[in-house]
Amino acid sequence: MIWRLPWLRPLLLLTPPLAWFVAIYLASLGLLLITAFWTINPFTTQIVQQWNLDNFRIIVTESVYWSIIGRTVLIAALVTITDAVLAFPFAYYMARVASRRVQTLLFAAVLLPLWASYLARVYAWILILNHSGVLNWSLQSIGLPPANLGYTNTAMWIVFSYIWLPFMIIPVYAALERVPDSLLEAAADLGARRWRAVRDVVVPLVLPGIVAGSIFTFSLTLGDYITPILVGGASSNFIGNVVYANIGIANNIPFAAALTMVPVAIMAVYLTIAYRLGAFEAL
Amino acid sequence: MKLGALAAVSMLLLVACGSSNTNTGATTQQPPTANVKPQQSIGAGEGQLNLVLWDGYADKSWADPFTQQTGCKLNLHPAGSSDEMVSLMKDGGGGQWDMVSASGDADLRLIYGGDVKPMNTALIPDWQNFQNYFKNPPYNTINGVHYGISLQWGPNTLLYNTKKFPNKPTSWQVIYDPANKGLITVPDNPIQIADAALYLSKTQASLGIKDPYELTQKQFDAAVKLLKDQQPLIKHYWALATDEINLFQSGDVVVGAAWPYQTIQLKAAGAPVDDTIPTEGATGWADTWMLANKAPHPNCAYMWTKWVSTKQVQAEQALSFGETPVNSQACAEMEALQAGSCAQYHADQTSAAYFSTISFWKTPLATCDDGSQNCVPYAQWVSAWTTIKG
Amino acid sequence: MEGLWTRIALRIWAVLILLFLFIPILLIFFYAFNTSNIESWPIPGLTLKWFSATWNDDNVRAALLVSLQAGLLATAIALVLGSCAAFAIHRSKFFGREVVSLLFILPLALPGIITGIALNAFFSFNNIALSLATIVVGHTTFCIVVVYNNVLARLRRTQGSLIEAAMDLGANGFQVFRDITLPLISTAVVAGSMLAFALSFDEVIVTTFTAGAQSTLPIWIFGQIRHGVLLPEVNVVVSFVILITIIPVVIAARLTGGGGTARVPAAR
Repeated sequence: MIWRLPWLRPLLLLTPPLAWFVAIYLASLGLLLITAFWTINPFTTQIVQQWNLDNFRIIVTESVYWSIIGRTVLIAALVTITDAVLAFPFAYYMARVASRRVQTLLFAAVLLPLWASYLARVYAWILILNHSGVLNWSLQSIGLPPANLGYTNTAMWIVFSYIWLPFMIIPVYAALERVPDSLLEAAADLGARRWRAVRDVVVPLVLPGIVAGSIFTFSLTLGDYITPILVGGASSNFIGNVVYANIGIANNIPFAAALTMVPVAIMAVYLTIAYRLGAFEAL
Repeated sequence: MKLGALAAVSMLLLVACGSSNTNTGATTQQPPTANVKPQQSIGAGEGQLNLVLWDGYADKSWADPFTQQTGCKLNLHPAGSSDEMVSLMKDGGGGQWDMVSASGDADLRLIYGGDVKPMNTALIPDWQNFQNYFKNPPYNTINGVHYGISLQWGPNTLLYNTKKFPNKPTSWQVIYDPANKGLITVPDNPIQIADAALYLSKTQASLGIKDPYELTQKQFDAAVKLLKDQQPLIKHYWALATDEINLFQSGDVVVGAAWPYQTIQLKAAGAPVDDTIPTEGATGWADTWMLANKAPHPNCAYMWTKWVSTKQVQAEQALSFGETPVNSQACAEMEALQAGSCAQYHADQTSAAYFSTISFWKTPLATCDDGSQNCVPYAQWVSAWTTIKG
Repeated sequence: MEGLWTRIALRIWAVLILLFLFIPILLIFFYAFNTSNIESWPIPGLTLKWFSATWNDDNVRAALLVSLQAGLLATAIALVLGSCAAFAIHRSKFFGREVVSLLFILPLALPGIITGIALNAFFSFNNIALSLATIVVGHTTFCIVVVYNNVLARLRRTQGSLIEAAMDLGANGFQVFRDITLPLISTAVVAGSMLAFALSFDEVIVTTFTAGAQSTLPIWIFGQIRHGVLLPEVNVVVSFVILITIIPVVIAARLTGGGGTARVPAAR
């Protein structure tokens, strides 16, 4: 019977998870985000249900929020590009050069750091990057000047790239694994040199995998606020930090909700582009 | 006690007179739970107690004896910031949490948000032994009603590297000095604006700053400008105490605003640091155990408050965390545990004059203490802080 | 097939990436032996005392247990629900399909604090006490995403012709599912589950607002990082977790096609 009514099947399959999602997650999220259109009474700091666009106006007109959003997006983009560049040759090695056994070991090796707590790993980076840390000590012991990367935006870039790298390697590896040998042989037969073949044949086929990995690296960086607190410098506020600061004593939930719409909007745009590039085929 | 009553009565009068002049009618001088009558006796323990607190505030050494004696099993939920505490305690604790060890910057928010209710000081025998200031401090006692019992306090000190500053600095000027560019750290907390205001109250008396938490727009803007000028000199705004400890230990910074806790940890690790309170005075934080409006285990809550107010536990907690007890009898206990600690932690200070040099945190509200309504509220402090950090 | 120099260069790159991935982990191992509770370089001294301290610390055990329970429950629920959703989306073409995909990605894209606050407000409003159950709910929101993505991706690569052939041969819906579809997606399910469990095991922001009196391991770790007095215990616990997950991860790697599936022999 189910096969005869094509629309019934997806409905039945989709109902439990969607019901779950809608009832709990989206409803509570919706209630929170709707406050973006309200405001708080400066005297009682209670939420006043007066519809207005004040919060959005503040975000758009005050330059500090532009620089915070810009910084968050820029670092998220840099991290994504860095991870793609780091991951591609590694995944290429895993997929096309390494033996079966080495493949398995490398795959496990890439997964393993995910089990060492995010907090502990970021904390270890403080030790590496600070003024008398591992990096400076190593540089100075071979006579080079210290790098002094601790507590800077560069430090955040490095740490984020490190933390999310496994999330990029795995989809890229999965995509590379699926590229048939015969395609590369055909390209060689047609006279393409190795690098040309890689650029013109492999990269387009792997692009969905890269984009899929980038969804993780970009969105997870966009919403993070712990790494800026731990390794950031004086001017390292992310969107998440400002959201965090407004919830609590200030009770400015409307403003925090308005600011939250920004990463949501950015991700919606990003996902649309990713879909066009076929990323959802390659997750 | 009498002074407190007098202050409360005069505040009541001011409030009564003040509110008749306002035309917005939007302020509520009376906290929502002001008329909730606290219990008159402590009944049987409920067997459980859920606390939202700072890390280390229920150390095993004094928490375990408490559980043994009262049967109240402690469930701890450590919070990382005052903002987190306020968020968790929303809606009277949600029927989940019994007490919160709130710092001064959060207290008034919790009170006026109706999340905590009045407590009966008669049920806490050691309350009589508290330093006078901490019996009715303005951040947890309003109109004579106690919305919590004071716990411990600490000054926000100037921490410095003794190698870089062989002579003890005498002014907060060092953290605003471009000569120390890239070597300074201050807390990542909007309440830091009050520190700037305190500094300006001494260095720019023309601004007329009396209370660093009640600032007119002009005074507020001046403090924000000072901090914006300071921002390029800052290496890192510390959010966690261990952050600052790492900064000093690694040599990334040489001077900054800190708590005594950091000094103790750094000295124990052999770092060349020391702290001081400069001539302009200092802000301070003071913690209060507050009872959630919907606390499910109020009897255990009162038992706990009684326990941590005793001189023995006050001394233990002070030494364990690195803060100063409010119980004036704790000084002797501290000396017995660690010679010299009483003076080191300023636990021997009892005069009102001394406490007047410390500006204790309280939540900045739009309505000033005198009833006028042109003080800058905390939400603006937060947006200004975001602008300062950039 | 690749040239010799290319292979050497790739090998060197792989080694460098592995170093990049594991040097911080090695530091974590190393500093479990730190005599001081402040992490500074060079290490002030070595001691074994933190191992017994961690072993005897009740809070660590409790936190580990809660994390395991929450992870397993959240992953199990996400497995079922995420797979269902993936099936439904895959087999249908209805308007709003991509919107549903966006909705599923939302838990990853939003700052965790928003999800945490929203869920907390929801529970508080409905008088649901915060407990392990609420932690599981919070974790499931993003665990579903991971399972959904993995299963959907694998479904998209499955040939519909296999299912049609099975039906031609007389299999009913359930048999098709059990004998054809399930084996085809099993590795995606395992991969998704592993990733989901790892995310749940490591989550701290949402959990802060959905946990009652329980601590999960990341909450405990964050508390220790803030307080600082027992910091080396964090290193001990993390080292312990890494060491005991080596075997399961290697097994999972074999199962999910880290060398397990053959390279696609010819283009389709």
